[in-house]
Amino acid sequence: MSEAAALPAPEPALDPALTVGPAPATAGRPLLRLSDVHVYYGHIHALQGISLEVHPGEIVTLLGANGAGKTTTLKAISGLHHPRQGSIELDGQEITRVPAHALVRRGIGHAPEGRRIFGRMTVLENLQMGAYTRSDRAAVDADYERVFTLFPRLQERRSQLAGSLSGGEQQMLAIGRALMTQPKLLLLDEPSMGLAPILVEQIFQIIHDINRQGTTILLVEQNALMALGVARRGYILQTGQIVLADESAALAQNDEVRKAYLGG
Amino acid sequence: MDFGLLLQQTINALTIGAIYALIALGYTMVYGIIELINFAHGDVFMTGSFVTMWLLTTLGFQGTIKDPLTLAGVLALAFLVAMTVMGAVGVIIERFAYRPLRNAPRLAPLITAIGVSFILQNIVQSIWGPSPVSVPQIIDVQASFRVGGTPIRFLSIFIIVLAIALMVALQLFVGRTRLGRAMRSTAIDREAAQLMGVDINTTIALTFFIGSALAGAAGVVQGLYLGNTVFTAGFQAGLKAFTAAVLGGIGNTTGAALGGFVIGFIEVGSTYLGYTRWSEAVVFTILILVLVFRPTGLLGQQLAERA
Repeated sequence: MSEAAALPAPEPALDPALTVGPAPATAGRPLLRLSDVHVYYGHIHALQGISLEVHPGEIVTLLGANGAGKTTTLKAISGLHHPRQGSIELDGQEITRVPAHALVRRGIGHAPEGRRIFGRMTVLENLQMGAYTRSDRAAVDADYERVFTLFPRLQERRSQLAGSLSGGEQQMLAIGRALMTQPKLLLLDEPSMGLAPILVEQIFQIIHDINRQGTTILLVEQNALMALGVARRGYILQTGQIVLADESAALAQNDEVRKAYLGG
Repeated sequence: MDFGLLLQQTINALTIGAIYALIALGYTMVYGIIELINFAHGDVFMTGSFVTMWLLTTLGFQGTIKDPLTLAGVLALAFLVAMTVMGAVGVIIERFAYRPLRNAPRLAPLITAIGVSFILQNIVQSIWGPSPVSVPQIIDVQASFRVGGTPIRFLSIFIIVLAIALMVALQLFVGRTRLGRAMRSTAIDREAAQLMGVDINTTIALTFFIGSALAGAAGVVQGLYLGNTVFTAGFQAGLKAFTAAVLGGIGNTTGAALGGFVIGFIEVGSTYLGYTRWSEAVVFTILILVLVFRPTGLLGQQLAERA
């Protein structure tokens, strides 16, 4: 955790040299494995047999149009909406039916779509909520330092009500709060939504830094270009099914992906 | 109005207001966390007064306890028993009546709450009968001290101090502790709270426990103050406490406490001016006016969330 202090401040632009990950870890046990996951909202068949893997140390991105099932996939993983069929494994252990609050202790951190920070609580209280399940005082304190190093703005505004923060600051708080849960796997749902381009680059640089500090990340994004830039591999979702899975570089070159998500 | 009279009426208002405030806290806490107007809450208060009556008579007390040490011990026991029993009743009500309906349309739990209200009334009525029963007033109602010639009852001071102490304890618990943060976060965003590792079922149960325990405390106070109780006592007190909660801003605990005292002053004020029979009309007129002109109440929500 202390290495966080030594990290350089987020750069305005993403360094292309950093975005090329090491060779894909196809061998070894995946940290997260979804096998044939089906999720329903009432009669709506939202996820129609999703299978995917995230290996330790990776950033994997999940791309797709609105309503393709990206958020639903994350909700299934973090236990907010259990699948009707199929299985989800974390570190080789079945977690398909484990309730969301218990999965936090097992190492799943989820920064949900729309930030969902606690607006009527202070910035610090939001971060304290992130550490809700933890009793290791020293490590928690070290993680506050880590979050404040990643997001100096949060330290400045620690006693302000979270609802009074700007959109970008709220997103930082949402990510910082999820980091306070000490996740093995961090789920990020549209962290760039509604942010100015300069902030988007900053957020992506921080996602990269968090990953380099050892946190595995599953990233859902509308901004496919940025997401493929930071991720090692990607999955393309379409109406509840995975239609394409490949290395980020290959996806970025793929004609259909370019047409659908990269604007040509 | 001379000073002595003003002081006396103020003490009266604060005493009655303290009881409403204690009940109002339960309404507002439950509304804050699951957006349910728990119409059974007044009856939890009423049941609390019967539990007190039962405990004191079972222990063999009939009237004033003279020995201060015994009095303190019995009072502590009465509050402990009434608060624990009513807290547990609140948890049971939530578990079996409201939790199964948590994702149902909002009308369903509301009607269920009215049903639970009748169930509590009928249980109490079947055990202790439909007539008012007397509650041993273990604190001497006449005992008083004088402030500039005006007699002030010890009982009133005890009730006001106790109620304020409970409210301060509640504020500290909700505002400063880990479980308090869990309750607030659950109230703001249930799903996000789960993502922090909060077990929302436990947290909601805890909220019902605390709210109902405070109503239990109000039940003890009511028994000591009036010296009697009846199975319908929860209806009117409940409605007035609900008005207090709405007046202060439903969901806001400080507002509920404030609202309770305001209702106390309105009631005592209209009695003093000779409109005793109108005091309820005045209270409910205020409820309607607040709902029409300032639905968020005096204090409302502290801050709207930004999109």
